[in-house]
Amino acid sequence: MSTAIESGLYVFLLASFVGFEVIRRVPPLFHTPLMSLTNAVAGISLVGSLVVAGSDRGVVSTLLGTIAVTASTINVVGGFLITDRMLKMFRPRDAAPKGAGPGSAGPSAADWLRARFRRGAAAPASTTVTVPTREVAR
Amino acid sequence: MNDYVVPLCYLAAGGLFIVGLKGITQPKTARRGLQAAELGMLFAIVGTLVNKEIVDFRWIILAFVVGSAIGALMAVFVPMTAMPQRIALSHAFGALAAGLVGTAEYYHRQPEIGAFTMTAITLEVLLGFVTFTGSLMAFGKLHEILPGRPQVYRGQNVVNLATFAVAAAAGVWLITDPSKTFLFPVIAVLAAAFGVMLIIPIGGADMPTVISLLNSYAGLSSVAMGFALDNKALIIAGALDGSAGFLLSVIMCRAMNRSFSNVLFGAFGQADTSAAAAGVVEERPVRSASTEEAAMLLETARSVIIVPGYGLAVAQAQHRIRELADVLIRNGAEVRFAIHPVAGRMPGHMNVLLAEADVPYDQILDMDEINADFAQTDVALVVGANDVTNPAAKTNKDSPIYGMPILDVESARTVMVVKRGMKAGFAGVENELYYQDKTLMIFGDAKKVAEGLVHDLEATVRA
Repeated sequence: MSTAIESGLYVFLLASFVGFEVIRRVPPLFHTPLMSLTNAVAGISLVGSLVVAGSDRGVVSTLLGTIAVTASTINVVGGFLITDRMLKMFRPRDAAPKGAGPGSAGPSAADWLRARFRRGAAAPASTTVTVPTREVAR
Repeated sequence: MNDYVVPLCYLAAGGLFIVGLKGITQPKTARRGLQAAELGMLFAIVGTLVNKEIVDFRWIILAFVVGSAIGALMAVFVPMTAMPQRIALSHAFGALAAGLVGTAEYYHRQPEIGAFTMTAITLEVLLGFVTFTGSLMAFGKLHEILPGRPQVYRGQNVVNLATFAVAAAAGVWLITDPSKTFLFPVIAVLAAAFGVMLIIPIGGADMPTVISLLNSYAGLSSVAMGFALDNKALIIAGALDGSAGFLLSVIMCRAMNRSFSNVLFGAFGQADTSAAAAGVVEERPVRSASTEEAAMLLETARSVIIVPGYGLAVAQAQHRIRELADVLIRNGAEVRFAIHPVAGRMPGHMNVLLAEADVPYDQILDMDEINADFAQTDVALVVGANDVTNPAAKTNKDSPIYGMPILDVESARTVMVVKRGMKAGFAGVENELYYQDKTLMIFGDAKKVAEGLVHDLEATVRA
């Protein structure tokens, strides 16, 4: 067995164990962000796709490679952005102190973005409850 | 120089991916973890781009631009309620990339491919195309383009397994003789067909397990790609992805007290109503209440546990439910949310929806954390959840869901169930809970009911 294969198998074995041990500790709270993060990380197939798309091996290779790079890039860009969007939403109780903190003077960029996201997701908020501006959990 | 830079980039990428996943084990470090993973990806991409093999950047740039645009648009505009579909779709993209790279590598290198590399390529293509079409099917079911109920026919499992067996046999043949190029399309097509056939008999509520499993397959196809290209960063990332998916699907199966094979081949939740229809035919009375009556009860409640389910996601009621919780808290009640592991259509679905509605995460508890507290709770408010609250899972040995861990809502002093009608849940089983004396049924769309409850509760509190 060549050393490349052997060391590859070792890496696979150890990475799987590390993966199990680390991911076992992810609380159910974060199972969806975990999934979308691993999606983004799975965009690592870019590494293979880039070589196929860029090494000038003929039309078919370039075409397949280009599709693969597009698909992987969607995962990388989309996966990281959406995980970030999700993680920003999680906040603990009393994340926003009653007194105005230094950063809570006006709506932050994140608040603005969230307001934008919401418009697509749900009907306009009813006026019965006024929600105090909340700090985004960081 | 490149001989050092490239491997070190990949090494850094692998390490940072692990750091990233470690970060997401805690709310405080989650976003830092995400940044670590992003940095890792940057290293991996830069490391690849300086590779001498890459001579033509035109198509790469085009693909980067198109892919980034699509990815960013999807990330910004997909509503949280559609997250399961999006996740399924991204499994499909990842698997497609793996399948296509495997295909290109095969045609580039054949006929002289070592047995090990050929095995890796075959596995990559098999897993890649199975996951690609399987994930597209899952997407279709979740997005309700395809019927969510399981589609079954006689001998389905035999046909499915035969398809897979032929694909695997062709794979073995190709590994022994890589010059048989005609075998390659056979493998790819059969794998794609198997992916479709595998998901057809699986129903909507089993999607949490299936999505996790597809996640794991997508990861394993990356691992296979890593072996084919001798790239350790690919192996590490794929192994992490694979173990995450595998672990999640184990958790999901355990939460339903079912085995993998039962989820994949059991065609659970099909027209299973035959048993229920034959056994219980008579109409039994239920106590139904208006939102005003429910609001009066809620006004006096000191402790409330809200149990959300898929119905909450369908009705997009998360914001209204949070308003209801706010009103209850202002009225002096303790309000918590109880989440069953398989509630919704993917792992953690309910948590994300509630987080979107600004419910603090320490108000949200998992089944194990909260089950003992139902006995000291005044009102358990079930919103769009069914099977996960069915006491038959504990008492009725003949029930298909017997043995499944459930949320113990029936121990609460009063149970309120918000539901559109008396239809049975996914498992096709009648829910005994609805006929108990302590249970109040509030019929209607979850969002409208929640709006009504907020309105009536505020009126009651003011009066």
